[in-house]
Amino acid sequence: MLREGHQVSCLDEDPESHARLEVGLEKSWEDLGGQFTVGAGLETEALEAAGIGQADVFIASTDGDNTNIVISQIAQRQYEVPTVIARVLDPLRAEWYQRQGLNTVCPTRVAIDMLEGAVREAAGRGASPDDTPAAA
Amino acid sequence: MYIIVVGAGKVGWNLARELLDKGHEVTLIESDRRRYLTVEQELEHNISYGDASELWVLERAGIQRADMVIAVTGDDEDNMLICQVAKEKYLVDQIIARVNNPRNRRHFDLLGIKPSVSATDLILRLLEHEVPEYGLVHLLDLQEEQLEIIEMLLGKDSGVTGRRVGDLQMPEGSLLISVLREGKGFVPNADTVLQEGDEILAVLDPGKEEDLKALFGPEGNGSNGSNGASGE
Repeated sequence: MLREGHQVSCLDEDPESHARLEVGLEKSWEDLGGQFTVGAGLETEALEAAGIGQADVFIASTDGDNTNIVISQIAQRQYEVPTVIARVLDPLRAEWYQRQGLNTVCPTRVAIDMLEGAVREAAGRGASPDDTPAAA
Repeated sequence: MYIIVVGAGKVGWNLARELLDKGHEVTLIESDRRRYLTVEQELEHNISYGDASELWVLERAGIQRADMVIAVTGDDEDNMLICQVAKEKYLVDQIIARVNNPRNRRHFDLLGIKPSVSATDLILRLLEHEVPEYGLVHLLDLQEEQLEIIEMLLGKDSGVTGRRVGDLQMPEGSLLISVLREGKGFVPNADTVLQEGDEILAVLDPGKEEDLKALFGPEGNGSNGSNGASGE
């Protein structure tokens, strides 16, 4: 996103994550215009330091579904960020919160769809189901 | 009543036991396998194993017919979302959430999770009761109703001792409701004369504490409470 010319601000509890951001970059994250804040997503002070007040888009993609769902709702209701997206691994909850007006991305659902697609494709390329022997 | 309690820590386990003793139907849900096995030895079929932030675990526990869901895990996000889903998806009548970190309370409020209970706040409240900072103790906050009830001890230097209640100019939005004297409580009338050592109970609109302190406190003169800052 940074390369496409957007302003990007990352918030992470672990200061080490900053190094990960710079993997493969020719300059430092900050030199390229990025912002990095150390803090917990549930702390409003940290969210504000990361610039949530000015954000056009807020993405919650920590490794915890619950944290993501809570922080996204804070971004929506308290800071009124126009576009909010949450990563939710649990397909049932991703679907329900989507219906409640929260944009959710469910990597589990995406992986299942891709795997199913791959299986179907393989099945289509090989022997078609019609050709399977009727009985062994 | 059918009650689902989430989290079988000390709070959840004891709560479930007491609710069962009172004759309620209870399902306790615990996500840690070892903890589950420990508690299961006592509560048997009244405890279920699983992560209650997953919907199917709640459904298996019969959340559709639950009258109340109480979330007392050690994780505030879990407690918030379990209650949110219980209330908004499964239309459970009553929810109660535990707040572990008092700083998260505003998030519970933001998501409409009420009531929420914080042990830290309760202890602070108790401490305040034991060691009143200004001699004024919050007894009850009725947040929804926008009222609070306070208690105040009239010291030797209180400006109102020896005065008739009818002569006090109570700040607008406050009402003297009771006087505790020598271990007995009574409802004062206009002719009641306040004494040193009386404890008064008053109901007031939020934000009127300073006015009341000005009236009943050391420098009180019964006139008004425009001086908001507490005196030395």
